[in-house]
Amino acid sequence: MSEKIATREAYGKALVELGRKNKDVVVLDADLSKSTKTALFAREFPERFFDMGIAEQNMMGTAAGLALGGKIPFVSSFAVFATGRAFEQVRNSICYPRLNVKIAATHAGITVGEDGGSHQSIEDIAVMRALPNMTVIVPADAVEAAQAVTAIAEMEGPCYLRLGRPKVPVIYDNDYRFRIGRAHVLREGRDVAIVACGIMVAQALAAAEKLEENGVSATVINAASIKPLDEETILKAAAETGAVITAEEHNIIGGLGSAVAELLVEHRPVPMKRVGITDKFGESGSPDELMKHFGLTAENIVAAAQEVIARK
Amino acid sequence: MSDYQHLRDKAQTLRRHIVEMTAAAGSGHPGGSLSAADIVSVLYFEEMRLDPDRPDWPERDRFVLSKGHAAPLLYAALAERGFFLVEELKSLRKLGSRLQGHPDAKHLPGVEMSTGSLGQGLSAANGMALAAKLDKLDSRVYVLLGDGEIQEGQVWEAAMAAAHYRLDNLVAFLDYNGLQIDGPVDEVMSVEPVADKWRAFGWHVIEIDGHDYGQIINALEEARGVSSKPTIIIARTVKGKGVSFMENEVGWHGSAPNSEEAEKALAELIEEA
Ligand SMILES: Cc1ncc(C[n+]2csc(CCOP(=O)(O)OP(=O)(O)O)c2C)c(N)n1
Ligand SMILES: [Mg+2]
Repeated sequence: MSEKIATREAYGKALVELGRKNKDVVVLDADLSKSTKTALFAREFPERFFDMGIAEQNMMGTAAGLALGGKIPFVSSFAVFATGRAFEQVRNSICYPRLNVKIAATHAGITVGEDGGSHQSIEDIAVMRALPNMTVIVPADAVEAAQAVTAIAEMEGPCYLRLGRPKVPVIYDNDYRFRIGRAHVLREGRDVAIVACGIMVAQALAAAEKLEENGVSATVINAASIKPLDEETILKAAAETGAVITAEEHNIIGGLGSAVAELLVEHRPVPMKRVGITDKFGESGSPDELMKHFGLTAENIVAAAQEVIARK
Repeated sequence: MSDYQHLRDKAQTLRRHIVEMTAAAGSGHPGGSLSAADIVSVLYFEEMRLDPDRPDWPERDRFVLSKGHAAPLLYAALAERGFFLVEELKSLRKLGSRLQGHPDAKHLPGVEMSTGSLGQGLSAANGMALAAKLDKLDSRVYVLLGDGEIQEGQVWEAAMAAAHYRLDNLVAFLDYNGLQIDGPVDEVMSVEPVADKWRAFGWHVIEIDGHDYGQIINALEEARGVSSKPTIIIARTVKGKGVSFMENEVGWHGSAPNSEEAEKALAELIEEA
């Protein structure tokens, strides 16, 4: 776990490989190609890359048209603009007609850092998840991000791929296979299950180690496929441990925590706690400072675990 | 030329702040802050009716930094105009600072509107101009747009509305520096013929050199004489203006100078002043 790579970096490289294999892949960006890493694709396939300028709404509509023309458009911008600015275009031009558009948004969450709250999407999972026909994937590391690119290209229909700005620990080795609709159990325990996504998977693993030292054994599940959610795996873990924590770099309203809560409350209510951003906008600071400030560390997960275990 | 020495001095001071602030923060947007420093100097130190002791004074003029990434420029102007201590500029982009990476109106007095997501500022400025008219105030509203920014559709929705509602108390500046992030505006997504576009949308258009104080002042004067139309001042500028190695370099859009580069930049800015 010593190597660190940004998921956006992995996305950019995976996109180039995909472009080599599949001539129908086209890429659109809105004046952020250096940051989203679609510039790598643009360099190798200039004729299949479209810089749409700073005009995200038009970009989504154009991607819809390209999909109708048989192309597989990957559309990138920062998560705030891709899901927020162009929300209704995503809804009515992409999801409603169920078009094969892949929205790969980078700079999600508070780890955007110094740019501050206007640029930190804390609601993107919630709004994308609420759209019928939309698949929502939040990879935990660079390996999973690269695999997700292939997986979403192979499926038909709209997808939202949530990627980050900073370098993050690599959790998986190259044998790992990501599958849409499948969660991955990284560690099995008896006392509590931690369901995490994105950069919080690494924090969940660190939390599980700390809990172990205190004689608490924790299951850790990577729920990268937020929609469709792997209900079977999560319900099984809830049954085995009787207490569930969710951990996400997102508002606790509407994201992974909500998805898991909806599932548990209908099928297997157990004590539960959501670790995430507690209904606040982000702010400027370094990513590490902000992770602490917003309560997104392994320590926060440990404290939450102790709290739910006490409620059993 | 010497008539404008005080403005030139102010603009150079703002530029020095921009360099120092972004260098201290280790991130931020110097290029587009430097390009608009002369325009903003004229607005804050010549044109606008403001009272730093009463940031919520209803009769004040308003400035909306629609291209919110130029926050260092706005903060420098506000500090120099007395809205807060110059000392505070050092806190740019730090955890807990009122000087967020992009302007946050709910925390910093003098910031009229939170911006940073491009293309939204003109709409807010329209609303302020409409409110001033409803209240029969003679406040004027100024807004600064980027040339890449006007690729956003919302800008043109707002352009249409400003003309429709005859917002002659509204003046937009276009910081026409020719660059955005992915490259020259002409190559990424051309906005030309830009003057004709605004004219076609019903605006009074003035084209100037955005680093010439006389032209900026005359254009603002001309705008005051226009009735029943909003005015846009299309200002040709140089991105990174004042720091030789940043001028017209796309790479300086969103990266901060290191301490060595900052020193070099400051030396140039002091020499000129
Ligand atoms: C809606 C939106 N999309 C993308 C961005 C990212 N972004 C920040 S600055 C910028 C380029 C702005 O270019 P321009 O308007 O020409 O500004 P200037 O050259 O004056 O700095 C982009 C794309 C943003 N802030 N908001
Ligand atoms: Mg520009």
